[in-house]
Order: sequence, then structure tokens, then C-alpha cells
Amino acid sequence: MLVSLKWLKDYVDIDLTALELADKLTMAGLEVDEIKTILPQFSGIVVAKILSVKPHPNADKLSLCAVSDGKHNYPVVCGAKNIKSGDIVPLAKVGAVIPGEYTIKSSVLRGEKSEGMLCSETELEIGDDASGIMHLPADLSLGLPLETALNIGDTVLGVSVTPNRSDCLSMIGMAREVAAITGKKMKQPSVKVKESSEDISKLTSVKIIDADLCPRYTARMIKNVKIGTSPVWMKTRLEAAGMRAINNIVDVTNFVMLEMGQPLHAFDFRFLAKGRIVVRKSKENEEFISLDGKSRKLSADTLLICDGLKPVAIGGIMGGQNSEVKEDTPVILLESAYFNPTSIRRSARRLSMSTDASFRFERGIDPEGVVRALNRAAQLIADLSGGIICKNYIDEYPRKVPAIKDITLRIDRIREVIGTSIGSKDVVRVLHSIGMLVKQIDKGKYIIKPPTFRSDITREIDLIEEVIRLYGYDSVPVTMPNAALTEMTVIPRLDLEERIRQLLNGSGYSEIVNYSFGNPSFVDHLFLSANDERRSLVRIKNPLTEDQSAMRTTMVYGLLQMWENNVNNGSDDLKLFEIGRTFLQRKKGELPEEKNMLAGLLAGNISDALWGSNESADFFDLKGCLENIFFDLKLKNYQYHSANTEPFLHPGKSCAVYLDDLHMGYLGCVHPKIMEKMDIKNNAYVFEINLDILVKHLGQSILCKEISKFPAVTRDVAFVIPAALEADQMLNIVLNQHEDLLENVVIFDIYQGKEIPEGKKSIGLRFSYRAADRTLTDIEINSVHDRIIRNIVKLTNAKIRGEQ
Amino acid sequence: MIGNLQQLENNALAEIDAATTEDEISAVRTKYLGRKGLLTGLLRNIAQVPDTEKPLLGKRSNELKELLNTKIEEALQHKSQLQKENILLKEKIDVTLPGRSVRYGRIHPVIKIRREICAIFASFGFSVVEGPEVELDYYNFEALNIPKDHPARDMQDTFYIEENIVLRTHTSPVQVRIMEKVQPPIRILSPGRVYRRDSDVSHTPMFHQIEGLMVDKGVRFSDLKGILTVFLRKIFGKETILRFRPSFFPFTEPSAEVDIRCVMCQGRGCRVCGQSGWLEILGSGMVDPAVFKNVGYDSEKYTGFAFGLGLERIAMLKYGISDIRLFFENDFRFLKQF
Repeated sequence: MLVSLKWLKDYVDIDLTALELADKLTMAGLEVDEIKTILPQFSGIVVAKILSVKPHPNADKLSLCAVSDGKHNYPVVCGAKNIKSGDIVPLAKVGAVIPGEYTIKSSVLRGEKSEGMLCSETELEIGDDASGIMHLPADLSLGLPLETALNIGDTVLGVSVTPNRSDCLSMIGMAREVAAITGKKMKQPSVKVKESSEDISKLTSVKIIDADLCPRYTARMIKNVKIGTSPVWMKTRLEAAGMRAINNIVDVTNFVMLEMGQPLHAFDFRFLAKGRIVVRKSKENEEFISLDGKSRKLSADTLLICDGLKPVAIGGIMGGQNSEVKEDTPVILLESAYFNPTSIRRSARRLSMSTDASFRFERGIDPEGVVRALNRAAQLIADLSGGIICKNYIDEYPRKVPAIKDITLRIDRIREVIGTSIGSKDVVRVLHSIGMLVKQIDKGKYIIKPPTFRSDITREIDLIEEVIRLYGYDSVPVTMPNAALTEMTVIPRLDLEERIRQLLNGSGYSEIVNYSFGNPSFVDHLFLSANDERRSLVRIKNPLTEDQSAMRTTMVYGLLQMWENNVNNGSDDLKLFEIGRTFLQRKKGELPEEKNMLAGLLAGNISDALWGSNESADFFDLKGCLENIFFDLKLKNYQYHSANTEPFLHPGKSCAVYLDDLHMGYLGCVHPKIMEKMDIKNNAYVFEINLDILVKHLGQSILCKEISKFPAVTRDVAFVIPAALEADQMLNIVLNQHEDLLENVVIFDIYQGKEIPEGKKSIGLRFSYRAADRTLTDIEINSVHDRIIRNIVKLTNAKIRGEQ
Repeated sequence: MIGNLQQLENNALAEIDAATTEDEISAVRTKYLGRKGLLTGLLRNIAQVPDTEKPLLGKRSNELKELLNTKIEEALQHKSQLQKENILLKEKIDVTLPGRSVRYGRIHPVIKIRREICAIFASFGFSVVEGPEVELDYYNFEALNIPKDHPARDMQDTFYIEENIVLRTHTSPVQVRIMEKVQPPIRILSPGRVYRRDSDVSHTPMFHQIEGLMVDKGVRFSDLKGILTVFLRKIFGKETILRFRPSFFPFTEPSAEVDIRCVMCQGRGCRVCGQSGWLEILGSGMVDPAVFKNVGYDSEKYTGFAFGLGLERIAMLKYGISDIRLFFENDFRFLKQF
């Protein structure tokens, strides 16, 4: 809402600066987010005195004036007749700019020098008098800039009015607030209607068919109007409020809407068939051309204002082209109505039309202010257009808008809820200042009747808010709550996430945050199979772009995109992770399944130092990172299955991660066909882990083992086995024997190449043997060790390297 | 004779001092203490000394021998130390070369702020809670006193999945879900992603919010001021100046917008604060009785306050980030600064 301070001063005295007023309004809940200065459309014009007027020797219609600005005298050739020596007039000196961006120059007119121009009101666009040069008050000091002398220009406050305060969508509403804040008295515009003897009831009628949607409809008729432009005072006010002046009729309806908050509409009565108004709901797909020239198809319950035959306006939203005021409109039917806020809002949304009228109607106008606005507008139309107002007005009011109920207010309750010691006197004073009727019924207990324009005040808490808002939030003390100690609840997964963040940060991984939605084509880019559950997308009905129209079902695509972006920005060595949710569509009407996921990406070199040795990352760097996490989390029973991996991963360098029998995620090298598409040379490795599964398998408590005081003996053996045999299988063979003396077995070497036949590989195992209570003898060790080796050989057909 | 001895001592010590290499020191040793050395030679002439002087001379010469031996040893050790040091000096590296390590990863600025805020409220006993990001219209709007076809719905442009399913526009629905299950006292904090249909320099269609809620007997608006004052001073510094100004949210009454004195211009007015000198930081208020009614709380018995803030906004102000989209572009050159 744009509030002109000049206009505002019509209704309330203001002795604050614009900045001070803005601050007070803001602190009362009417946030001023902009202060605009409106400058006059001219410059360089000063107050001047005519010293002499002589006829022009060469032109009958012109005169030669000597004009003084108090310092210098100027010769000015002037064509106006209404000037004489001694007059105080506006002088546009050489270099001055008058509206229309016209710059005054020194010139010679019919042989006489002219250094300046005397101006009329219309030339300066500060008044409507075009008959001659403007006359200024005699007491103005010469040389004063005209804008200062006449106080031209304005300051406009941009006030953001919250949806509950429909009463402030008008100048009078604003003035009421300003009066309440500053303690000044507010002046209402006087509304007196001069009527002719012809009664409106003889000329037209209003019939409301759908009273639910239109509880009240009032109308007046103004005859003999002459359409023209509005006077400057009205134009400047409308323009200050951000509206364009159109003609004296439409301008009045807009002016009164801005002044009183009541939207109005003026019909050209000639085009109302059968000379009557019928208010009804539209039929499904009924068509209508609105004022803006657009044809609109209406749905069944849009409120229509019709004449005897056809629709002439979409009620409360926009008038129709067929009945708009034209240059030759002689008779106006003026509408002022109260429409159902919900219905207006629904229709406006469906039609994607938000107008100044609908904005006010949907927030709720004052049902008891309808007639006052009607009268105000009728009289203004008559004043500005020379029209004659017919006797009486129509007031169809079939559905009384429920009056706001009386509310009980307890002073104690204010103190309890707010924590302030405000006194009853202050409470009553504040409530009075905003038009509440206050009646005491008991000690500290009051009955409050809110005014009809405050439909937002329905409960005691609303009154408390009003009181404290105007009393000042600043005057509320700052306290700490009195609360009993309680145990905090903890979500284990959030603790897990924090732990994982620390571990990954320590391993060099940085956290990223991707949008939770993407282009639905990601399922194809990832080559997900037709029956992959990750194709069950949750789709957004009204996305901003196709690229943000489907909720992600996997985290990996976002990571890959960020990888690509970063490589394009010159960051090749990346360790990234994200913690977030994926969304799987379930049945219609049900919320989707939200999974908490962890995903990571590794690409480029392992370390960021360029000097010295540096290696590019591979599968085992990423796996090592995961293993670190699993170890730290004391996770057991997790396995890596090379079968059953993902379609977007390198089939030979990827695996699924299982926890017991549960598929918990995957890790691997991104499939070359995806990298080709992205046109990136480096490999990237990714993983994704379901945290909901992971968190359920935590909680292995630590049980510390005693450290043996006796030495360990290690034995290294290299086995030549089929290349396809996985390391895990080898280790499992050993571990499944459950030899007590075997403390540990690790892989110390993997070799393929010279000396190893095709299709085979050498795997070196280091066995360490130890007992907790004694030093082992060779005999003891050999017996266990041989058993293990024999078993491996038996189960894998391995050859022991170095043996023939 | 004694005088000769003194002369010899002076000469020998001077020569030890002057010797620069181990070889020179060894030569000094041979010169004085060797079989044909000067001291040895001197002692050979002892027979010519009168008997009365013999004991003294013997004692002095032994002392001198011991002294020279010690000095020579010391000199030798010193030289070998120096030599070892010299070798080490030749191994000198360029210590100004960058260190080699796996650099720690960085924490995303939004997550960093979230951690900080959760920690502050944990110190007040607020527990972290969660809810779905794809939410029922009921929880996101209706239960929070935002009926369908209410103008307050304009305050948040919404992504719809189905007619009654939305991407949550704030984390406030979590408070309703919690209050449905738990009786007061309640002190909760719900952080998370939220979604609004909006995109420009200061809006992204997804961002993060934290919503806080405290419900108990006797919770006052002044307590809301207290908790939020402490909180904002912890985040922005002890000297932070705050103002609480009336506003409107359908789920709180009275409602307060909380501003801080602009951190960029200290209130003089700048581009960041739109010349107002103030920065909007969070929305808050006393829980509206209509919300309590929806979850079955008696609003005569319990009162409470709620507040919500955008994490990106806090991070932008705290770290001087001018474009909100940077948070989701995940450019490593941006991320590595945190």
C-alpha cells in the first residue's frame, strides 16, 4: 500500500518527519519498506514580480513584461491577458524545465527579447486553470523556488500490510492507525449527497440470486454526467498511490477505494439490458470479456454481476468490456457491494486475476462501510462530472454479515501472556484509540466491542495483541522462562550423521547440499531398469522448471552434476558428500517414503599437493574411507557383493554393500558411458548408503580385550589362485576355521604378471599366531599353520608360490 | 725448569685453540705428549734438576699432561660434533614448501550454522525433532490456522504434489505433529529443508529453516524476547542490538518480527539492509490458541512461543555471502572457505 503523506494529512495532522512516521508505523506492525520522494515535474521556476506590462510593438496579442526575481530584472514576452504590474507569478527562467521536458531558452519574439516564461497552472501541471498566468500569494519572497513556495511534491510510504489488516488497505485506515499511534484526532471526509427528485427505484433494480456470495449490493444512479479528465488534485493523489488516471468517473471509483477501502464499479447504464442488475453464479464454462479485453471462461461458481440478459462484471474482480464507461456515457450506475471473501479469492485464483478490488474483497471489507463509500463516490462523480444524483439508493442486503461478537478481556490475562505489568488505564486508552467500545464489567475485566472494519479481532488474544502492539513491544521486559529440567530426547540417526560428518571431514570429504528435486530424466541418465523402484517418482504439479520437477530417488545424480560443474570450474580433485533424503512415490493420497541417505564422490588426485608424488584416487581409496566409518561405528556383518551392482557403475569395479541380508547401498566407479556423456576424462567413484538401515545396526558396545604379553609369530604364504577368486573368499576360508591361535590374517600382496600363468593371480597372506598365556612353540604353530594351508589348497586348488 | 713447564703449557693450549681440524689437534698431541714430544723430552732432563725440586716438578708435569690430554679430547669431540652438524646442514630442506596431507573436508555453511544454532538451544534444553519434507496440506497449513482459500496462503508460494500433499513451506508442521503426540512441557527445535516456489538472488526454491517451540505453563511473550535475545547475541555477538516489532503469522498471536541492527553498516543504512539500518532475522510469536485447539491443548492452561528462521539468511549475514544460490551450486572454491 502506497501512502502519500500529503493525502494522509487530509485526515490526520502529522508533525513527524517521514522517517519518524515510518519508524512508528513499522513498530506498530505496519512495516514501511520504502520511502519515496515525489518531485515536481519542473525545475528552475521561481516566485517573481511583474514590474511593468507594455504592449508588444509588433504583435497585438503579446505584451512585454519586466519581471523581477528579487535580484535581477528580466524582459519577458507573454501572451496572457490576466497580468498587470505588481502581480506575483511563477517565472521560468532561462534554463528552467517545464513539464514535458521542455527547457526554456533565451529568444527573440517578433523582434523583442524574451528571457523566460510566465507559467499557468496547467503548464506546470499543478492545477487545472488554463485561463491565464497563475497568480501567487503576494507575501511569498521573490526568487523562492516555486516547489518550496507552494509545497509541491510529496513523500510516499510503501507500507506492507499483513493479510489480517484489511482495514489498513485505505488512506482512512492508515490515518486511523496514525492517529492511534500519535495521539492525534482523525478527520473523516464529510459525505453529503445532493439528490435530484427522481427516485432510483423507478429507474433500475437489483436482484441477488446467490446471497451467499453476495450478501450486500448497493447502487446509486448519476445522470447527465460529462466524461472528462479529473482535476489535478485527484490525479496527483492517484498517481502517488501508484494508479493511472483514466477519466473522472473511473478515477472517482479508484479514489474512493483508496480512500475508504471499498472497491466500487461504475457501469454505463445504457448498456445494461433491461436496465437492471442480477447477481448470480456463473454457469460452467460461461464466457465473458473483461475490461482488459481478455475473453475468460468461467467455472461454475464464479460470482457474476449481470444485467437483464448477460454478465456485465465478474463480481469483485473486474468489470466487463460491454458496460464500461465511455467518452459519451451519460448515465452511471454505481455499484458498492460486500462480496464473500472466500468466493472472491477462489475465483481470482482460478482466473489468475489479482486486482485492487479482489485483493481488498478477499481480505474482507467493512460491511457497514458500503453505503458511505457509495455516497462519497456518487457525490464526487457529481462534483467532477456535473452529474445529477438520483434520489435514494438501492441497498439489497439479504444476508446480514455476522457482526463481530463482544469479547471479554482480562487484564490479568494480558499480564500472564505477555509478562508485562501494564495497567488497566493504558489498556483502555489503547483500545479506545483504535475505535473499540470498552465497558468494564468487573475489576480487571472488560467487555470489548470491536468496530465493524476490524473483522480480524474475534478473540481475547487478538485484543491482547492489539494492546501490546500499540503499547509497544519495546516496553515488554526481557525475561528468561521458568521451566523445570527435562530430559532431552535424541534422534539416534542425527547423532550418527554428525559422527559421519566428522569422520568424512577428517578423511578430506566436504559436505555439499543439492536440491532435493531434479529433472525426471535422471532415471534414464542413470540407466535405471524399468522395474527399478527409483523410477517411482514423486512429481511436483507446479514446478518452476522441468529441471526441478521430480523429487530425487537417489542422491547420486546430484553428486555427478556437482562433479561436472566443479570440473568445469577447474576443481578436478574432489571429495564430496551429501546427507539428505530421497523420496519414493507410494499410493496416491499417501505421503511418499522418505529415506535418509548418505552419498559420496571421489575424483581426481588423492592429495592436493602438486609437488612430490601424488596418485589418482581409485576404488580402494573410497572403500577405505567407508571401512574407516564402519570401523569407527563398530559395525559388524557388512559385506561387499560384486554381483548385483548398479547400472550406472562400472560392472567390474563396483559392488553392493550389505548389512546382514539388507541391501544398504553401493560403491564403485562411475560407468564409462556416463563419463563420456559428461565429457570428463577422470574417473569418479561414488557411494550411497541408507542411513535408516545403518542406524538400526549400531550399538555394538566396546568390550576391551587384554593385550597379550607374549610375542606373536608371523608366517607369510603366497598362493596362486584363479584370478576370479575374491580376496574375501580366501579370508573367509581361513576365518571359518576358527583357529584360536590365529590372531590375525591380512593380505600383504596381490600380484599378476610375470611368473604367474594367465587367468591366475598370486595373493600373499600374512598369518600371525599368538596365545594370551604363553609363548608359542614352533610345533604348536606349525600344526595350526599347516592345517590352514592344507584347507586353503583343498578348497581353492591353490598352488603355493615358491613350492614346485 | 718450572718456568719451562709454564711456557710449554701456554704454547700447547694456544696451539690446541688454534687447531682447526682433527688432524691438527692430533699433531699437537704428538708434538707435546708423543714419545718424542716436548713434555716427554722435558721430563727426560729431570735428572739435572735438584732433588728438592724434583717432587714439585713431577707433580706439575703430571698435572700438565692430564690437562693437555683433557683439552685435546675436548677439542676433538667439539670438532666431530661440528662435522656432524655440517652434514645435517647439507640435508637442509625447503620448509616453506606446502605440507602434504589429506586436507580436511569442509562443512557446508548452512550445516555449520545449523550445528551452531542447535547447540545454543540444546543449552536451553531444546531437543531436535524431525518431520517429513513432503507433507500433508493439513499439517503444513490447516492445523497451523491457515485454512484453504485464506489470503495468508499468499505469504508462502507452495509446490503441490497432489491436492492435499505439498512440499512443506516451513518446518512448522513438525510442531503440530509433535504436539499431537506429546503433552507439555515441550521444548523442541526442528531444522530441515523447506520449499517455496520462488527463485532469484535472494530466494531459492529450496532452503533451510529452523523452527523452535516452547510450550509450558506460564510461558510469556517476555520469555520469547529473552530466549531470542540470548540466542541472537550468541550468533551475532554480545553487542548485537535487537528490535521486536509487531507482525502477523496465522499460527502465532501476538506475532513478532525480530530485526537486528545491520551487521554491515551498524545501522547507518546500506545496500544489505535496504537503507533501513535493520535486518529481518526471524519471525516469532506466542502460539495461537487455534493451533492449540487443533492439537487438543487447553490454551487457558498452557501458553507457548514459536519462532522460525532461515539458515541461509543467517549464513549470508554471518559470512558475507551476497547470493543465496551459491549455497546450492556447491562450487568447491566456495565450499573450501568454510
